[in-house]
Amino acid sequence: MTAPQLPFDPYNLIITGVGGQGNVLASRLMGRMLVAQDYHITIGETFGASQRGGSVMSHLRISTQSAWSPQIPRGRAHMVIAIEPSETFRVLAAYGNPEVQVIWNTRPIHPISVITGQAVYPSREEISRGLTELSARHWPLDATDQAQIMGNPILGNIIMVGALSTISELPLGPDIFEKAIREMMPPAKVPVNLEAFSWGRGALTVK
Amino acid sequence: MSIVTCGAKGETALLMGNDAIARGALEAGVRVVAGYPGTPSSEIIQTLAGVASEQGLYVEWSANEKVGLEVAAAGSFAQLRSMAVMKQVGVNVASDFLLHLTECGTRAGMVLVSCEDPGGLSSTNEGDSRHYAKMMEFPLVEPGDFQEAKDMTAWCFELSEKLRNLVMLRSVTRMSHASGNVVLGEPGSNLMGSGSSPARFQFDGDFMDQMGGPVVTFPGMVDPMHRRQLEKLALAREIFETSPFNTYTGPGDPELLIITSSAAWLYAREALSLMGLEEQVGLLKLGTTWPLPPRLLAGHLQASEKIFIIEEGTPFLEDNVKVLWAELGPEMGTKRFFGRKNGPLPPTNELNPDLVARGLAEILGLTASAPDQTYSERAGKLAESHAPFRAMTFCPGCPHRASYWIINSALKQDNRDGFVCGDIGCYTMGAISCGFNTLKTSHAMGSGTGLASGFGKFNPFGFDQPVMAVSGDSTFFHAVMPALVNAVHNQADMILVVVDNSGTAMTGFQPHPGTLTDAGGGALPALDIARICEAMDIQVVIADPFEMGATEKILLDLLDEAGGVRVLILRQACALSPEKKGKRLFDMAVDEAACLAEDCGCNRLCTRIFGCPGLIWDPEAKKTRIDEVICVGCGVCASICPTGAISKKEVA
Repeated sequence: MTAPQLPFDPYNLIITGVGGQGNVLASRLMGRMLVAQDYHITIGETFGASQRGGSVMSHLRISTQSAWSPQIPRGRAHMVIAIEPSETFRVLAAYGNPEVQVIWNTRPIHPISVITGQAVYPSREEISRGLTELSARHWPLDATDQAQIMGNPILGNIIMVGALSTISELPLGPDIFEKAIREMMPPAKVPVNLEAFSWGRGALTVK
Repeated sequence: MSIVTCGAKGETALLMGNDAIARGALEAGVRVVAGYPGTPSSEIIQTLAGVASEQGLYVEWSANEKVGLEVAAAGSFAQLRSMAVMKQVGVNVASDFLLHLTECGTRAGMVLVSCEDPGGLSSTNEGDSRHYAKMMEFPLVEPGDFQEAKDMTAWCFELSEKLRNLVMLRSVTRMSHASGNVVLGEPGSNLMGSGSSPARFQFDGDFMDQMGGPVVTFPGMVDPMHRRQLEKLALAREIFETSPFNTYTGPGDPELLIITSSAAWLYAREALSLMGLEEQVGLLKLGTTWPLPPRLLAGHLQASEKIFIIEEGTPFLEDNVKVLWAELGPEMGTKRFFGRKNGPLPPTNELNPDLVARGLAEILGLTASAPDQTYSERAGKLAESHAPFRAMTFCPGCPHRASYWIINSALKQDNRDGFVCGDIGCYTMGAISCGFNTLKTSHAMGSGTGLASGFGKFNPFGFDQPVMAVSGDSTFFHAVMPALVNAVHNQADMILVVVDNSGTAMTGFQPHPGTLTDAGGGALPALDIARICEAMDIQVVIADPFEMGATEKILLDLLDEAGGVRVLILRQACALSPEKKGKRLFDMAVDEAACLAEDCGCNRLCTRIFGCPGLIWDPEAKKTRIDEVICVGCGVCASICPTGAISKKEVA
């Protein structure tokens, strides 16, 4: 069995956020969903000390051919999933290009520089304008707000994966999601994750 | 079920490099695994500990890496395949035993896994322990992708048994913490008590009897043992000549030959593909990097005049290939070598595909494809304005923030220019603003107390600054104890503050000798740091860093006492510890009327100085707020606020 062709090979996806937002889980989850469909996946991640309040980033390389570098070459991201909005700009400065697409969670996590008043956090409008300038398409998503309604802000990452499954051409449908999440989570946590995925899937349209 | 035991032979799984190493060890039937946590190595032992009872393994988090290597060696001596796992700096700690171990050799297969951190993503250095393999004369291998991480680990056990010596497998962050497809082999079968011969240490033979004599390094034995060790190395060199882990792709007469290893192979492949150079440039990937196989290298070196060596870490391969070329003699011809030492690659920091592409362009006189210039400039500008700097900081609810607040405040009130010698853990961040820049030294595990022991003896030279050291609870057992013994015996004038958060927090909350569990969660007795100190005749005070006022008073009293070693244990569990995670102690609130903000005179103490990520400064309303998503309800900020505007209500 060979995996279906992709719009780009390798397809380069970046998930970014702040330590503790479930970046790593989101990347592993999607990796699992795609390996199950015979894709070659390479995930590059930073965690450890850098996690302590710092920016985190997962690079996913999705290919029908082989493993690739766990670091995407500069300027070559196809899709960015930003679980924290301002982090998008850090990622685009290194990996962005005029064709890149972005799905961004609207809920900021203020860095210490903002809490102490040394720096100013951009407004939602400024973020949106900036992304219009730097991407081919971008979609804001109130993922954390919805996750809080569902009982746990951490579900924001699953909502983002659900949204990606609608927006991108990657085969990340509900059946394959359900299979992967059942393998990764204790049974009690499965229903709320299914709910989060499904909400995310319905929240955005490609148009 | 664990990711490392569930898949059947032939199935493809997505494995993190560290899980691939763990799976490889299981497939090889490893029995004894020991080491000390350290990023990026920790998941290997953590994963194996999780399957230890079902797979019949003995897995421990040792007190430090040297003890870990010794425990694993005991396994090998007792005919049990064994593995020691650590990060690059751990190999330094283990190195004294390592020299002796590799001199006298091993019995059942034994592998030392060193996971290293080029670029220091989660380290304070770029240590490259491959040099130990050369210095201490044992074989070294480096997997180039995730499949190899599993397969080479399993193979290392066989190799070690062929040679009767330890084999080192070196990984890097972009291998250990990256993930990729791995085709699985037969999962390990539980051999313990199922008809296999019982573990036994044979010692009836003579000193040179590798499998049956005492395992002793001894003055009169140095020369024959060293000769035997070199014979083992020569055998390894011969085996490496035909190893399938050394691969070549590219033309027969390349314009340029790349020699590479480890994750750098993936960067080199990507750079060649980006630049369309696969038909012009040869790519020799070495899985076996010490000793180098000379005939294999000679064949490739002959084919090209230009050699580009691409590796993660120091110029280890780069130097060794040059030495080998000189040894191979004049028939190799003149070569031009390129690498980290002469410009095409930066001399420091980790590599990536772009750096390799730039190096290739420089050597071949090409232009490396650069991202759209106008886009990059615009994106760079927007990143500056829209992505405010995100410094590392202590987690919300972290006891270290409170501890450093207390230490910093006490030293200021004491007003004698006192300072704190730091150590290794999350609390190393005491050197930066989240710890109020409290630490003034920071080096290796245990070095804070060692330095304080020295500073504390310089009064005869006119030195009159108060001296403190900090240590985490795990670090205390790892390397602080000998330094503390030294300080007590030599009567150094110092205060050691043990910031005891009940686990090895930085690396993912592993247990240590002061906690009640083993690596797999089973029950073990805990050693009590206070009683250990008391047995050294040290005056010990135990306090809670969340009780800020009372604890600061204690520290001020200890600063007033002159002479000798005093120990203050600040006990409060890590905010991420299993006992605390997800459990909120207090509901925090800000009374907007009581928060006087910029008119208060506190100069925004809570947000500007204390700086917990759970607080928000609202510049429009000019008020402090609580971030409900981030705050864990430790209650500490309530004791910072001078007007009592921040309140805490116990969660029912």
